[in-house]
Amino acid sequence: MRYLPLTKNNREEMLSTIGANNIDELFSNIAEKVSINPKFDLPNHKTEMEVEKHLSLLSDKNLHADNSNFFIGGGSYKHHIPASVDHIIQRSEFLTSYTPYQPEISQGTLQYLYEFQTQVSLLTGMDISNASMYDGSTAAAEAVSMAKRITKRNQVILSNTIHPHYADVIKTVSGIKDSEFFYGRNFSIDIDYLLNEVNENTACVVVQNPDFFGSCYDLSSLAEFVQSKGALLIVVVTEVLSLGMMKSPGAMGADIVACEGQSLGNPMNFGGPYVGLLSTKNKYLRQIPGRIVGESEDVDGKKGFVLTLSAREQHIRREKATSNICTNSGLCSLAFTIHLTLLGEKGFKNLSRLNHESALNLKEKILKIPEFKLLNKSFFNEFTIELPIKGEVFVDRMAEKGVLAGIPVSRLINNNKELDNFIVVASTETNTEDDMNSYIEAAKEVL
Amino acid sequence: MKNSTKGLNHDEPILFEIGGMDKSGVDLNEPTFKENFIGECFENREIGLPGLSEPESIRHYVRLSRKNYSIDAGLYPLGSCTMKHNPRLNEKMARLKGFSEIHPLQPLSTCQGALELIDEISTWLKELTGMQAVTMTPKAGAQGELCGMLAIKKAIEARNECHRTKVLVPDSAHGTNPATAAFLGFDVVTIKSDKNGRLNFDDFKENVDKNFAAAMITNPNTCGLFEDDIIEIANYIHDAGGYLYCDGANFNALVGKVRPGDLGIDAMHINLHKTFSTPHGGGGPGSGPVVFSDILKDFCPAPLLKKDEENYYLVENHNDKDINKSFGRLCVFHGQMGMFVRALSYMMSHGSDGLRQVSEDAVLNANYIKSSLEDILTPAYEGYCMHEVLFNDDFLNGTGVETIDFAKALIDKGYHPMTIYFPLVVHGALLVEPTETESKNSIDQFIETIRELASKTQDGEEFFKKAPIYTPIRRLDETKAARNPVLRWQKNDVIAAE
Repeated sequence: MRYLPLTKNNREEMLSTIGANNIDELFSNIAEKVSINPKFDLPNHKTEMEVEKHLSLLSDKNLHADNSNFFIGGGSYKHHIPASVDHIIQRSEFLTSYTPYQPEISQGTLQYLYEFQTQVSLLTGMDISNASMYDGSTAAAEAVSMAKRITKRNQVILSNTIHPHYADVIKTVSGIKDSEFFYGRNFSIDIDYLLNEVNENTACVVVQNPDFFGSCYDLSSLAEFVQSKGALLIVVVTEVLSLGMMKSPGAMGADIVACEGQSLGNPMNFGGPYVGLLSTKNKYLRQIPGRIVGESEDVDGKKGFVLTLSAREQHIRREKATSNICTNSGLCSLAFTIHLTLLGEKGFKNLSRLNHESALNLKEKILKIPEFKLLNKSFFNEFTIELPIKGEVFVDRMAEKGVLAGIPVSRLINNNKELDNFIVVASTETNTEDDMNSYIEAAKEVL
Repeated sequence: MKNSTKGLNHDEPILFEIGGMDKSGVDLNEPTFKENFIGECFENREIGLPGLSEPESIRHYVRLSRKNYSIDAGLYPLGSCTMKHNPRLNEKMARLKGFSEIHPLQPLSTCQGALELIDEISTWLKELTGMQAVTMTPKAGAQGELCGMLAIKKAIEARNECHRTKVLVPDSAHGTNPATAAFLGFDVVTIKSDKNGRLNFDDFKENVDKNFAAAMITNPNTCGLFEDDIIEIANYIHDAGGYLYCDGANFNALVGKVRPGDLGIDAMHINLHKTFSTPHGGGGPGSGPVVFSDILKDFCPAPLLKKDEENYYLVENHNDKDINKSFGRLCVFHGQMGMFVRALSYMMSHGSDGLRQVSEDAVLNANYIKSSLEDILTPAYEGYCMHEVLFNDDFLNGTGVETIDFAKALIDKGYHPMTIYFPLVVHGALLVEPTETESKNSIDQFIETIRELASKTQDGEEFFKKAPIYTPIRRLDETKAARNPVLRWQKNDVIAAE
């Protein structure tokens, strides 16, 4: 077996050093209780070529963003990733190292995480950020748990236009009882509704911006109101590139920002792995979950980095920890950081504008089909349209023509018939004029 | 700034000191639109993100990479972390466009190959563990624990026995176990280990009462020992109306050799980034699928993968009748697909025969280290160990050298230290897990180095206290970092430096 270095002779020599007659002697205490060496209904080992062939066949069965006409968003976006990103993250020293518990031989990881924390704080307009979470949805759930700890209150108000799966994750992970949870459904953030529900038990209000339907909001007055009631405003962002054209959540007054960072450096991967960004204000520093890197100096006075504030974490505090999180998204945060470093201020804002421009162009073309109605009064790189037929039917028919045309809202919200004819469509810098034209042609044919 | 570069080890300033607002390593077309459609929150703000050209940026991150230790460069004996070789075939497979460039919400008819892959890895995991069901969505081990304990919580609610809030956790457990139980509102009771490094069954029984909900047991445990009483413990738990959660972090000791399902467990997470070789990536991403017994399988989270006569499909909404007992949803999409591809590539490469060899060699290597060092270090427990061997710091008594010093001296000898001060049940613990992907030569060299260092402790502490000296940076002041947290670069840092 190509990954196992011990030879038969090695094994015999080693067993003799140990003083065991055979390998099963090392498992004898288990064998007393249950049968060891069971027979599995699984194939034996395969050559590299055989494995490659099998997995390639599976891969070939899928329509992917590069062999289709691709317009899907909804929390996962197709963007171009510079070649050097994937090269660097595959360097052994980044790929095959562990969590940087020994700072003297982990400065590479620690320093990029420090850079990552700074970049994330700048993007979200917040004071500080941690060294990443699993993804945007779990970051949002942790933000809610954090708000409950800070305010010592239990009620959570979710805005009506948050990504429905994010809402489910928040509800599941932060353990919100139905009685402590509000979630209306509408096409725009229903500020009046939110304001009405905030009371002295409210820990936080959670809004997504741009929201699930693609619309953008200035949340400044909401933040002010929520905070006047002693609650926190959590802003969720699923498309990090939107921050290149919008007022930052921090500038709008957010207390905690939970963001999906996949758009920078990370492919869509059918949903994971991704990288969750979590930022907050300095005063909530000790309530933030997960790894945090801080600056320090060594015995010679040389500047360096360490994992810090671990008194919050499970490996020190056990049942009193702020969260159970241990592993985060190390390598995905590296991809994020390298991509953002390559872009820089100018490139990031340019990329952001190119995304907006792409969506503007698609909107213009789509609205030339009279049966299509645009729902949004604003958007960044995705929007919602109402069709004359069911969204699911439309999307399936478009797929047959090689167009991945968007997400039928009914796939995520399946208990509201009124939403059956809506789809959410995204367009990014990767979509060309030709792509858009063939979208329109295909759409006319399938209607 | 003073240049303290030594040979290949370059000083490398942080990005914010070398990047420029006018620099970029990406060529993009200029957008030409006149009016934006962002609305009231549009802002062309100054973010403050420095950029680098491609050559500068590659140099920056390559220089940083050289400050890291890695499994590719040397033995990485971190106990309970399973730092094994990460096959490059896995990386290549995960980058096939049919896996990496597919969207989690594209029509199911267009991603049948991806769903088939999830079904295949599910089958492998169920078969290898001897369990009835598996959920692939948890994003890492700790989220797997959350998943298992949420299912248990939901099962208890379904039985109308919400008074059951007590979760028993051995004192040798990973910190994530008590943290997970507490996060879900369970009352955590710590059970002491006995003198043989196993769970104290008598103490355990005394703590089982009408409020007992579940036990979270790692097997083999973090002392590197198999819980010999596990079947009796499982029976006792089930007779008392509770559930047995198993932390599967140490599955590398059993894979292909012993089925956890034969041990009476109800739920167990599997770290694909440990047993199944997906890279640790400096702290993630991981992946923590959970296998379930029959009594818990209905409570699995969404999405649920199913197949009709022809096609695979996903049940995604947990109010769907197929999964109406489900406890909910753990992440926005379907889990860590990129890790599933890598892990399946690993499983297929080894096959059923190779995986048995994995656990056998992992256990053999650990016992060989134990036998080769037991005259000079002090093993915490007698008898054979499993895939990792635990030492206490008795061998350092009277030398002035502490576990941390010994570990730091090992760095100067070219090794990443073993896990230290964990598990908490042993004084000054040193937990060594070599894994099966180390050759005998490599292990012999490691043993020789440890022996040399252990002898050297008799010459006094100075050598150890000042270690490491050959690293890019020496021992850091961790207290200072925590007392006065500097967690990001600020603009004025540069001004101050200037």
